Amino acid sequence: MCCLTDSGKIITDVDSLRSEIRDKSVRVIDVRREDDYKQDHIPSAVNLPLANLLSDDSPERVAKLVNSLGIDDETSVVVYDDTFGALASRVAWTLEYLGHADVSLLETTYSHWKSLGLENDNQTPEIQAKEHSVNLKPEILATSDYLETAKNRDDVMLIDNRERLNFLEQHIPGAISLPYRTLASNDQILRPKDDMKRLLENRGISGNSEIITYCGSVGTLSGLAYYALKSVDLPNAKLYVRSFKEWKKLEKPTEKQEDASYWDLSAE
Amino acid sequence: MTVSDLKQSAPDSAKPKINWSSIEEADNFAKTVKLFRQGKYDADSFRRFRLQHGAYGTRMTGDYAMVRIKLPAGEVYPHQLEKISQLSEQYSIGSAHLSTRENIQLHWVILEDVSEIFRGLAEVGLTSREACGNSVRNVMCSPLSGVCPDEIFDATPYALATARFFLRNPMAQNLPRKFKFNFTCCEKCGMVRIVDVGLIPQTREINGTTQRGFKIFLGGGLGNKSYIGHQLEEFTPEEDLLYTSIAVMRLFDRLGDRKNLARNRMRYLVNDMGWEKFQNLVFKERAIVRATQSVITQLDVDLSPDEIKRPIRISDESGESAPDGYARWLKTNTIQQKQSEYRSVFITLEAGDITASQLSSLAGIIREFSAEGKARTGFVQNIAIRYVHEDDLPRLYSRLLNVGLAKSGSLTMAAPIGCSGTTSCNLALTNSHRLAKEVQRKFLELKLDEDEDLSDSSIKISGCPNSCGQHGIATIGFFGGGARVGKDMYANYQMSLGGRSDGDSMLGLTCLRVPAKRVIPVILKIIEIFKEHKKPDDTLKTWLHRVVNENEDSEIKSIKDIQKLLEPLVVPPTQEEDPDFYLDYGSDASYHTKTGKGECAA
Repeated sequence: MCCLTDSGKIITDVDSLRSEIRDKSVRVIDVRREDDYKQDHIPSAVNLPLANLLSDDSPERVAKLVNSLGIDDETSVVVYDDTFGALASRVAWTLEYLGHADVSLLETTYSHWKSLGLENDNQTPEIQAKEHSVNLKPEILATSDYLETAKNRDDVMLIDNRERLNFLEQHIPGAISLPYRTLASNDQILRPKDDMKRLLENRGISGNSEIITYCGSVGTLSGLAYYALKSVDLPNAKLYVRSFKEWKKLEKPTEKQEDASYWDLSAE
Repeated sequence: MTVSDLKQSAPDSAKPKINWSSIEEADNFAKTVKLFRQGKYDADSFRRFRLQHGAYGTRMTGDYAMVRIKLPAGEVYPHQLEKISQLSEQYSIGSAHLSTRENIQLHWVILEDVSEIFRGLAEVGLTSREACGNSVRNVMCSPLSGVCPDEIFDATPYALATARFFLRNPMAQNLPRKFKFNFTCCEKCGMVRIVDVGLIPQTREINGTTQRGFKIFLGGGLGNKSYIGHQLEEFTPEEDLLYTSIAVMRLFDRLGDRKNLARNRMRYLVNDMGWEKFQNLVFKERAIVRATQSVITQLDVDLSPDEIKRPIRISDESGESAPDGYARWLKTNTIQQKQSEYRSVFITLEAGDITASQLSSLAGIIREFSAEGKARTGFVQNIAIRYVHEDDLPRLYSRLLNVGLAKSGSLTMAAPIGCSGTTSCNLALTNSHRLAKEVQRKFLELKLDEDEDLSDSSIKISGCPNSCGQHGIATIGFFGGGARVGKDMYANYQMSLGGRSDGDSMLGLTCLRVPAKRVIPVILKIIEIFKEHKKPDDTLKTWLHRVVNENEDSEIKSIKDIQKLLEPLVVPPTQEEDPDFYLDYGSDASYHTKTGKGECAA
């Protein structure tokens, strides 16, 4: 079963993906490192290591990469990783930003796929290059300049997806803390819809607010949060893709939890 | 390895006998938080409600809470530890904290997420209900109950039954102040004279049959002012256990001080009234309870024995030699049980902190090594894996080593207690938590855990006078405060010596004030003085006991003589000479005291 939203499905479950692979109606992207991919992967998957994408994620370059993976505007794409869905989310978001409508995340990680005893191989598929148009969707991207003004608006929420201790130590003023670990449930990269809804509603994340997510450096953890928001039909989500790393480098204002030595409670 | 991997590889065998949870409380809590945020619930009522459900306030902020998960009698099962591990990663700081009262605490939880934690706890039958507030707090039992060679019988079923009777019991929802029960195994393990109701198992012979009962101590407690409890009577038969508990609570409920927040624990009532008067009131009240309680009001004591089954070994590694450090660990972390061939293994933590991944590893280790299939949290911010077969110990040690849980010294002076201090507590004046970790690191570095003269001694550190770190019963105890030289402030501790919580329970005597950054040298100096003057059979504990009671015949006649020798070490340097002196542990900002409103008594 798929979660259907306005912009299509967010999550593809294991059984659907297997039948789509049999029907050859899907392009599967494995975003793990090349070495891992070469060992074994989901049959028919192509490899796009996240680091490769991030080395230059300008729309022109992304379009070239996408073309070389045999993806055009109509191709149905499913992305997976072995990092609780965060890397896959970042890649999926990049495709979406490019203007690709039909992209979703595998519901689980590759390790779990394997632990279920599902098929895998080490064949690299032959790919015929295709032509993808560039039709950017700026409404899903937040830049630092945009964020700086937007965060003061009442109808904008800013969500920090790093771990709690990092948040306490330093965060963008006005952000609320929603660590990426809260988003998953057991073997699923995202909680079931009702569960997610309750969690977010308890935190006041609902309705028509514009919601901007960010994390530590490249928008992976916050990419997962972006899809978490979409999974409960929150329509107006943006990813601050350069995240806290850029914010700090630009020496923009930050906030911290004062007067408590919380780090000393950590056992690490 | 992820949590889910562990779940698949080893199915649970031991199952909890009691479900403590109530899922409705999660929904209710979420709803109430919303009403509170909307201003429809006043702050004081909300605070009482929050505490009743086990969510405590956090230092300098109303946005976060600490969730205190109760483990009655300290019992915890592998799947419960896995759930707590997951909850700490999701809603807390990726670490959990084991308390001195057998609770596991999750700190820096966003108030709106607390209900999600309740939901997770309910999945595994746990609760934080009445872990804070004016209620019956977690009912403790010695981590060695059931395996202690010196115990008369196992108190665990009685502790569990007591916890079950009072949890959510209307009688215990609005007491003048919190109320604590401690059960123990034997006099040596103690901890029964420093609590509202403390109980040690004992038996007597009547007409050739053995009758079970308890030695009950009332009116003890540690806090801003601490008291040692009084023994109620020679022998309290087991059928009187509940009547006595109810009688004492009814007296406290009726006579306790509900106005003066700083003096509303039962120990003040007992002290103000005088023990003999209170004791007589208890006897009278018990007679009334006995005569008026319905016959169905009784403790549901489940005496069915736990299944003890040594887990099947998957692979045989008996040929391998034990890793380095094994002998030291075996000596300082394990105890021979009364069941031959089995030992109890205590895990050394730093001031009770454990990471989420260590918790889930521990769950797997318990399944693999404990023949009772569960674990026990202990009296000193630690956790015990019991029923480990002797032959499995080297392999267990290797496993603990792999996950960073094989530090030695857990049963020695090298495992100090530190309350949470300025890491999360509103009342704290100093970072007692970090100081305890620093003391431990120094002790292990100097291998003092191996010193048999020190093994029965203890160090306990509180971040303020309120005794959460139990400094009053430490061989060497500290509580935090601030001091100044001119305008410059520094963290300072009041040190007490000679406290203990066993059959000779007494509160430590105040010795002198020690700046935070001089605590370690002062402790080492005390050990040096002891070594110089001790008799061959002395331990630090027995020697100090003589000194504080002025029975020592060496040139150290009293605590004053120790004080004189230590005074040169505690003289503050100037800012210029030693700027570090003016910083508390874990802080690079100049020291100042700052506290918020407490949610404890004072």
